[in-house]
Amino acid sequence: MEIVLSLGIGVFAASGVWLLLRPRTFQVALGLTLLTYAVNLFIFSMGRLRLDAPPVLEAGAEIPAVSDPVPQALVLTALVISFALTALFLVVLLAARGITGSDHVDGSEPGR
Amino acid sequence: MSSAGDHLVVLPVVLPIAAAGLMLLLDERRTGLKAVISLATVAVLLATALALVRGTLEGAEVYRVGGWDAPYGIVLVADRLSATMLALTAVLGLCALTFSLARWDRAGPRFHGLFLLLTMGVNGAFLTGDLFNLFVFFEVMLAASYGLVLHGSGETRIRAGLTYIAVNLIASLFFLIGVSLIYGSAGTLNMADLARRLPALQGTEAGLVSVGCAVLGIAFLIKCSAWPLGFWLPPTYAAASAPSAAILAILSKVGVYVVVRLQTLLFGSGAEAGFGLSWLLAAGLATIVYGTIGILAARNLARAAAYAVMISSGTVLAALGAGSGPALAGALFYLVGSTLAAGALFLLAEILRRGRDPATAGQAVFEDEYRDPFDDADDTVIRRAVPASVAILGAVFLFCTLMLAGLPPLAGFVGKLAMFSGLAAGALSPSAWALIGILTVSSLGTLVPLVRFGVLAFWVPSDDPDPVVGRAEFMALAGLVVACLALTIWGGAGLAYADRTVEGLAAPGDYARAVLDGGAR
Repeated sequence: MEIVLSLGIGVFAASGVWLLLRPRTFQVALGLTLLTYAVNLFIFSMGRLRLDAPPVLEAGAEIPAVSDPVPQALVLTALVISFALTALFLVVLLAARGITGSDHVDGSEPGR
Repeated sequence: MSSAGDHLVVLPVVLPIAAAGLMLLLDERRTGLKAVISLATVAVLLATALALVRGTLEGAEVYRVGGWDAPYGIVLVADRLSATMLALTAVLGLCALTFSLARWDRAGPRFHGLFLLLTMGVNGAFLTGDLFNLFVFFEVMLAASYGLVLHGSGETRIRAGLTYIAVNLIASLFFLIGVSLIYGSAGTLNMADLARRLPALQGTEAGLVSVGCAVLGIAFLIKCSAWPLGFWLPPTYAAASAPSAAILAILSKVGVYVVVRLQTLLFGSGAEAGFGLSWLLAAGLATIVYGTIGILAARNLARAAAYAVMISSGTVLAALGAGSGPALAGALFYLVGSTLAAGALFLLAEILRRGRDPATAGQAVFEDEYRDPFDDADDTVIRRAVPASVAILGAVFLFCTLMLAGLPPLAGFVGKLAMFSGLAAGALSPSAWALIGILTVSSLGTLVPLVRFGVLAFWVPSDDPDPVVGRAEFMALAGLVVACLALTIWGGAGLAYADRTVEGLAAPGDYARAVLDGGAR
């Protein structure tokens, strides 16, 4: 499971960074989204990977046996915030596309 | 948690967000009412900040949100550094807001709400004692700042805003990686608890915490625009509307504050003492050099002011990296003065630019959305101009120049002198010499271009009409100048206060005790 998760995070992050360095704004937006996935999985994994651990809610569960709720809460917060800000980024992206007539990150096509 | 005074610490967070919520309920056309509410809110914030400055003279005040004890609940901690930064935010905010009342608050929708949310985020970041809570406040502050950067719209703002948002989203991801690494290895996110647990960590865990702190450091250095992570700052601040740029000047100082806070708290003593200091010194020195070159090359005043913001951030980072307490105190004193002066410079730049070059608004795409906000308004909008505006503007400009360059007789000089004497008091290492040399050169490098701008703006005869200063704009500039003057006149007391602030920072044990052991109330 560790291998699968770390490969997943790695592939997400690598694709995200690659897209982030591309010249089109939409690619940057997608890159940010993929990087966010990678980071969220990473936060989640910081609660340690365990199979069949009950959630903290279950009555009578032994404290060491339950899964750590804090990273789950952190992921939830980070998810919401990054989702909202990506949406905002998309709006600005569209405005930039409309106002400059180009979807290049510099706001103008290279060489012009 | 009995008397009302105990709740003073939470007021700088709760009040602006409540007022911002109220703004949403009000019709956009009720500008007068909105202006009154925002002004009153920021004025109360200023009073609160001053009360906190008084209240924290003897030690940190801790507010346990919801009555939960640390480290399980979230705490807000006001100590001398936080209180100073709160007061700085409130003064700058009050002046920027007053300035905006001349016309900028009507340049686009929801200016007041965004402004108050930004204030709330900044205040929260200064107060919080929890790393993840810090992230949340950072995001509130950044989300509001995205709106403020784009306020007034136009092509340059949208272009600059696009880069600004992308860079800060990436910085936030670094922040999250750092925070989760620290939680995964140390098992806590409460700053005071972390400071206690760090020395006990062994082997891999200790290494992972260091990695986490380094990643966090990258995030904060991006926010305080340290070289080479700060190329986003000058175009963004120069493009933003004047009142937004003035309040954004505090934003990069939030990054500086967090670096100072975490470095002294987590790595003030113990086996890892001095972690990252050499990097901070190098980054700070490079930032000052880059900012000085930038200000020399700047073609307009707003851009020069943006580079001045960078220089003042770099100064504090370098002073922290040099590892000398008195030098850090001097740098903090300089930070307060230079932030106020840079804010005033942004406002001045707008007044001087107005009417000289036509607004660079882009082609309208959506019917009424993106247009020059002042297309259909002439200068009568500003109303009731102040007489003798050129003389007043010239005087304010000279004042800001002296503050930023750190020349006598103003507070900038006091701060720089305190830094030099602090550095000279210890054994003069090559790094201390480098810092002294670079600071001296940057004084000259700030003075020359600013004086050149001044000569061009005020002395060169031209056919352009004289700049017009509205009454609100004049009040804002006067407020900033008076704050700087107060800092100069009570420079001795201010420096003594800064010294005590740094003493407090140098004793992280007291901070941890106040947060963790003062509980059970």
